[in-house]
Amino acid sequence: MTLEVDVLEVLEKDARMPVDEIAKMVGVTAEEVENLIRRLEEEGVIQKYKTIIDWEKVGREYVYALIEISINLTEDEGYDGVAKRIAEYPEVRSVRLVSGTYDLLVVVREKTLKDVAYFVADKIATIRGVRQTVTHFSLKMYKEEGEILYQRDEGGRLAVSL
Amino acid sequence: MKPISKRMEAIPASGIRKFFDLILSTPDVISLGVGEPDFVTPWHIREAGISALEHGHTSYTSNWGLIELRELISASLRCDCGVDYDPHGQILVTSGVSEALDIALRVLVDPGDEVIVIEPSYVSYKPCVRFAEGVSVVVPTKSSNEFKPVVDDIRKRITDKTKVLILSYPNNPTGAVLTRKELEEIADLVNEYDLYVISDEIYSKLTYNGEHTCFSSLNGMKERTILLNGFSKAYAMTGWRIGYAAGSREVIEAMMKVHQYTMLCAPIQSQLAACEALRNGDKSCREMVEEYNRRRRLMVAGLEEAGLECFNPRGAFYAFPSIKSSGLSSTEFAERLLEEKKVAVVPGNVFGACGEGFVRCSYAVSIKDLVEALERIKEFMEELDG
Ligand SMILES: Cc1ncc(COP(=O)(O)O)c(C=O)c1O
Repeated sequence: MTLEVDVLEVLEKDARMPVDEIAKMVGVTAEEVENLIRRLEEEGVIQKYKTIIDWEKVGREYVYALIEISINLTEDEGYDGVAKRIAEYPEVRSVRLVSGTYDLLVVVREKTLKDVAYFVADKIATIRGVRQTVTHFSLKMYKEEGEILYQRDEGGRLAVSL
Repeated sequence: MKPISKRMEAIPASGIRKFFDLILSTPDVISLGVGEPDFVTPWHIREAGISALEHGHTSYTSNWGLIELRELISASLRCDCGVDYDPHGQILVTSGVSEALDIALRVLVDPGDEVIVIEPSYVSYKPCVRFAEGVSVVVPTKSSNEFKPVVDDIRKRITDKTKVLILSYPNNPTGAVLTRKELEEIADLVNEYDLYVISDEIYSKLTYNGEHTCFSSLNGMKERTILLNGFSKAYAMTGWRIGYAAGSREVIEAMMKVHQYTMLCAPIQSQLAACEALRNGDKSCREMVEEYNRRRRLMVAGLEEAGLECFNPRGAFYAFPSIKSSGLSSTEFAERLLEEKKVAVVPGNVFGACGEGFVRCSYAVSIKDLVEALERIKEFMEELDG
């Protein structure tokens, strides 16, 4: 594994890992790690450091919806055009072009069900080229960004064994 | 009432048990005393175990173990180690390396036969030699020689009665690994004195500087070696109790006899889960090894920072630092560290007299705990100085 990949894997698991610790883990100096991370940030390899938040715990309710979008391709606009127009909305959390029975899979986050409904009706369905939408409301989130969100009852390893 | 057997009396009660009880009863301990992975068995392997139950696989299996599993073990030994073992008669599935070790010794050792154990070593070897009514002969190793045995030190201890040499690399507790060349020198000795080798390679997948060399892959060693390996460490499967022995037909056939009358077979669900581990477990294993490797470096750097000189472990998941700079004995160090900083380590003398002056620190713990434990060890050392 290259140093670069090693450092990225550490950061992907914990973006707040102190540089000093990372340096020890990958076996180079803190300065080298700092320079490497700076370069990776500049090159856009590292796009951003964000958090995974369980908003429910502080009483903020969000409504998530997964929206399947089918597109009529026109002469002047391919998938990219529609996808980018959707992606620009801050309510939209992710946009993917997918294989299968529809074309784009979009995740939207809003405060209420109604907000989502209006957003789809007013903003998405009206985009030229959007032929059909199917909206799935998310009922419960079990895992996000590779992190399990529910309480797990795991293990019971003895504190000492030989 | 009549006393229990003299054989048992000859096995000293483990003095460490009291200290262990203390660890287990101290709340909020960060324990570096663990000898097993902190990972839970990878989900796809657990699923295979669940599926085994769902499909009603709740019976005995062949005493040898499922042929499906033996074939997979045979294929993995061919591929990873370059040694050919016939799944019919040269491989026995056991309840962990623990069982395989016990029955291998019972099969090889007659009363009074000598078995060479290289220390510091895993704690089961000497008692199991006793159970077989053999006599352990210890070869000590030194930190300055990276805890590798000096061939002449082994030679010096060989007598007419020497029958078996136990090797265990990567090593618990030191993390030592022998190079192919070093193993070849030992192989020459084994040939010269007509010995058997029990090679406990349970940590074979956990090496950090290059590939593992399987002892039986060395010239002429397949016939002389009883290769022990398993799933506990590589696939985080300690609680499943599954492992295996591979060796010559004669020895494996004899081990099978003991196994047949004492264990009957390894648990079927564990055997089926082990099949999944061998078929699809490479990726999970590799990811765990990469994670251990980061922790290993973190551990060694942290110990050195705390002023504890540490041989750089090449395998397994233990560091074995010298605690000389503390001025304490291994036991004092471990007891005071537990009492004053709530960090548990294992005193090195548990692994043999030459382990005195060292402690075993496991890095099979989360990064978060590791960082905290190292910080506390550093504080402990500073307060000792002050
Ligand atoms: C060197 C060594 N051999 C064998 C074992 C036991 O392995 P198993 O779980 O396969 O019985 C251990 C466990 O700590 C070990 O460290």
